[in-house]
Amino acid sequence: MKFQLRRQLNLLLLLLPGAAWLGIFFVIPLAIVLLYSFLERGTYGGVEWQFTGRNYERLLDPIYWGVFWQSLRLALFTTLACLLVGYPLAYFTATRSARWRNLLLLLIIIPFWTNFLVRIYAWVILLRNEGVINTLLQSLQIIQEPLDLLFNPFAVAVGLVYGYLPFMVLPLYANIERLDFSLLEAAQDLGANDLRTFWRIVLPLTRRGIIAGCLLVFIPAVGEFITPDILGGAKTLMMGNLVQNQFFLARNWPFGSVLSIAMMALIIVPILIYFRVSEQATQPKLD
Amino acid sequence: MSATLATPQRYFELALRLAGQILLWVVSGLGLLFLYLPIFILVLYSFNTSRVNAVWRGFTWDWYRNLFADVVVRDGGANILVWEALQNSLVVGTISTLIATVMGTAIGLAMERFRFRGRSGLEALLFLPIVIPDITMGISLLVFFSLSFQLIEQLTGLRLVLGLPTVIAGHVAFNISYVAVVVRARIAELDPSLEEAALDLGANEWHTFRRITLPLIAPGILSAALLAFTLSLDDFVITFFTAGVGSTTLPVFVYGMIKTAVTPEINAISTLMLLASLGIVLSSLALQRR
Repeated sequence: MKFQLRRQLNLLLLLLPGAAWLGIFFVIPLAIVLLYSFLERGTYGGVEWQFTGRNYERLLDPIYWGVFWQSLRLALFTTLACLLVGYPLAYFTATRSARWRNLLLLLIIIPFWTNFLVRIYAWVILLRNEGVINTLLQSLQIIQEPLDLLFNPFAVAVGLVYGYLPFMVLPLYANIERLDFSLLEAAQDLGANDLRTFWRIVLPLTRRGIIAGCLLVFIPAVGEFITPDILGGAKTLMMGNLVQNQFFLARNWPFGSVLSIAMMALIIVPILIYFRVSEQATQPKLD
Repeated sequence: MSATLATPQRYFELALRLAGQILLWVVSGLGLLFLYLPIFILVLYSFNTSRVNAVWRGFTWDWYRNLFADVVVRDGGANILVWEALQNSLVVGTISTLIATVMGTAIGLAMERFRFRGRSGLEALLFLPIVIPDITMGISLLVFFSLSFQLIEQLTGLRLVLGLPTVIAGHVAFNISYVAVVVRARIAELDPSLEEAALDLGANEWHTFRRITLPLIAPGILSAALLAFTLSLDDFVITFFTAGVGSTTLPVFVYGMIKTAVTPEINAISTLMLLASLGIVLSSLALQRR
């Protein structure tokens, strides 16, 4: 009995500090955002304590639909492009000899740990009018006037793919590395060609890595704010930029809250899938 | 059997294999080039004499010298130097890592070694800060601090403002989750019979933890702390929304530089930050090897 009590106390001591911190600085703030989304705006930011549903009605404005669609389109494109480049790269890395594999893995991890802002900024150096690409093309006499490469959806898409490619490669690599390659040999022995082996054996067995990688790219990409801010200029907005505008420029906190709730709604389904996949991954399975 | 088969199919299979290999090498090569060329150019141009465009005009250290001597970014009403921003980053990184590592390790331990009600709820709660968009977390903290500071002022007359403590609170909030996930994975690999043996031999729980569990999971805790420190040093979005006067961190400083003008000094500071991350990656790998 005494042992039981002490164990309960230990559990409480372990859980309480962290859970309390998350409660105060994560759960309560989110609840306040939800509350604010139903209030009237204050004149200089903040809110008036009067309930209204008007903030949500504003979401129906086609201007915002355009930005939602832009965010969704860019995030989907980013996910697909990362998959198409990331899968071969992950497969290549996983199938090299130990020495090469470690080196390649290191090369993929380094950008993952490098400051995101810095990596996105590197594209400003490449894409701007006086940048490396335009200077090169002009000195080769291919173009006379600099091309407008920066501040458009193309620049944002390139930046997003660049920023999130390691997020795709790492879970794919982890999955492909554990692949039982004798299954591939078996398929070949039974007469399947490479394409068929890949389609029927490799792809289904790495499904979990594909799902995890796609979600790890799509979820943060939809909520992006730095990449369109730096590479998109004022013309290519994503939802994150709208939220920031409402809080810092328009000083309309309730509508900013509505927009960030809408953004959450867009990723709630992918997040639920992510929970399920990672739940399966943490349960050891004998198969 | 397939070796004796009629040849057209055999040729097709060989062509397929060749095409697959070429595709694999080319896409992987281009992928790596794509990852490294921009970084390489950024580093290269931090040494280029030309200030205005991308024509190479010779080697210089000037931009590094300027960076530490002259470059200032607006921070509230005053200007701030890169040194001060670096100092803020290190203060925020160190304190938030310490707090998050202790709390996250405790939660990881509880999740793996105890059965309790609300465990799966806590698991979901821990995942949320990892998957939620940074900007949502940033604005929710901004809204939370402004509301609670208002309340505190009305109740006690005390006027609080955003600053380093609010930034640290936000960083701890996202780092607890990362630490808990990493440490928990490490504890899951641990054989529980070691701890049971210690308990059977008469050690109490605290001694068992100090002498058995902690030394065994120490490498996991260290690499979790390293991850937390990196995430804290790298964070821009959450800091941006929770920082006040005098709490500009290095990424917010760099953002200020980028927003003002494209200058070679930005390349210089980026190069230094790249070197710092390289150092952190290599030390984290060295930790994992042990």
